[in-house]
Amino acid sequence: MNTSSHYDVAIIGAGMAGLAAGIRLAHFGKRVCIFERHNAPGGLNSFYAIDGRKYDVGLHAMTNWVPPGVKGSPLGKLLRQLRVDREEFALHPQKRSRIAFGPNGETSLAFTNDFAVLESEVARVFPAQIDGFRALVRIVRTYDDVSLDARPESAREIVRRHITDTLLEDMLFCPVMYYGSATEHDMEFGQFVIMFKALFLEGFARPVDGVRVILRVLLEKYRQAGGERRMRCGVKRIVVREGRAAALVLDDGSEVAATHVLSTIGAAETEKLYSVDRAVPNALPHPVGRLSYCETITVLDRQPAALGWADDTIVFFNDSPRFTYAQTPGLADARSGVICLPNNFDFPLGQSLPEGLFRCTCLANHDAWASLAEPEYRAAKERVYGEIQRSALRFMPGLPASDALARATIATDMFTPKTIVRYTGHFGGAIYGSPKKIRDGRTPLANLYLAGTDQGFLGIVGAMLSGISMANFHVLAAKA
Amino acid sequence: MTKDACKQIVLDIIADIAPDEDLSNIKPDVRLRDQMQLDSMDFLDIVMELRKQHGVEVPEADYIHLATLDSCAEYLTPKFIALGK
Repeated sequence: MNTSSHYDVAIIGAGMAGLAAGIRLAHFGKRVCIFERHNAPGGLNSFYAIDGRKYDVGLHAMTNWVPPGVKGSPLGKLLRQLRVDREEFALHPQKRSRIAFGPNGETSLAFTNDFAVLESEVARVFPAQIDGFRALVRIVRTYDDVSLDARPESAREIVRRHITDTLLEDMLFCPVMYYGSATEHDMEFGQFVIMFKALFLEGFARPVDGVRVILRVLLEKYRQAGGERRMRCGVKRIVVREGRAAALVLDDGSEVAATHVLSTIGAAETEKLYSVDRAVPNALPHPVGRLSYCETITVLDRQPAALGWADDTIVFFNDSPRFTYAQTPGLADARSGVICLPNNFDFPLGQSLPEGLFRCTCLANHDAWASLAEPEYRAAKERVYGEIQRSALRFMPGLPASDALARATIATDMFTPKTIVRYTGHFGGAIYGSPKKIRDGRTPLANLYLAGTDQGFLGIVGAMLSGISMANFHVLAAKA
Repeated sequence: MTKDACKQIVLDIIADIAPDEDLSNIKPDVRLRDQMQLDSMDFLDIVMELRKQHGVEVPEADYIHLATLDSCAEYLTPKFIALGK
């Protein structure tokens, strides 16, 4: 079989970036097709079902939430660019989140979608640091984070100019890093600013039914605009001629050609598709991210409130004197992590998740998991599940009885770095991609561009804006 | 095509791409950017919707003519007329 067809734009990957780019391009009359290897859309923010129970893959909370009427925000830009009505996403704000540090969470900073709450918490817990904190926030607010050619600077260095207590410094970096950093120990300041705004100055929200709601809206817009999509049909090779992506060889062996190709699968992952044809001597391959994650998911027969966990939406925790955001030599590093209770958003009366959910995410080492044979892998999963859950429980309000969580548990699931590779194709299970971002999306091939994780906008809203801006910049606004 | 009809076309496009803006009191001689939150992405969309909905082309060098509703009408009305509208 060797059918041939030609598109204005071929998009690799039906995640948030690919779908958002597809909507823009199809809306303005381009002939677009999205090729996705998996059977479900969403990429790193997809969904699955086990035993009739629905699970979200990546989504804890959508960041960047702002109240209706706030203009010029990333969420507002996204809604305008995709012609999505705010109500369609049906977002409900978080109740309250916390950053809890110390062996049993002794130091705690609460925050909500109202920034004044975090500010007053910092003033209460770190009175000597509040002036520095306010100075830092002023810099964050005025920083031009959309500039595509900003000079890279160390976020740790800039933050330390204003905050001298390492505990507060680490407490601010923990959420910002866990929700989007592909680099160990430090971040580029521009990335820090984007995340600080997304988490603290804006906020968390979620549709009752999670990521499916967002994906349903995107798929429907894309379909209405006339976009095509081929699922279970990945791209296995990019054929290069005269420095251009001349054709895409699909998993089924057929070939398609496109004037422009937009790849959302990652920089190293894209490079692999064309480097077969284009042996560049001495060229270093694009670096693969070193940070991967495990997540435990515990399904409860009651709402978390019934266990005394009514107030927390997300809890970022760390038990050690310093917070270490780096690849762990072991399978997982349960010293720090993120707890999410998806039930604890401010849902309208009468709307709630049918079951309780308790999710915990920790840093994990891809190679350590990948080296395990199947029986050991399964045993390790069970062991690490217990480690992560025990670690996380130290940062939650005490349970009514020591076996209360076990008795309320009706199902469990867990993903490891190996799971991430299997379902998303991201090398090293690095959900935030490579530490090296390519802000203008350019590749060595003239008509091939990157969008999504490795272009460098972060979070679900960031991923969609990445697809939008690369589609605008390279295709819609490009001079003929 | 009258200048008023042309202004209405531009307003309809803005209402479409920025439904969260109040367009009821837009002053025709004041910069659109100063009366509502419109960034470069939004201006690109105005240009592309003009092409998509009406077949009117606005080259990048001419974006400056889209600053106010009055200047839009001055610049775009002859283009509509040239297309027989």
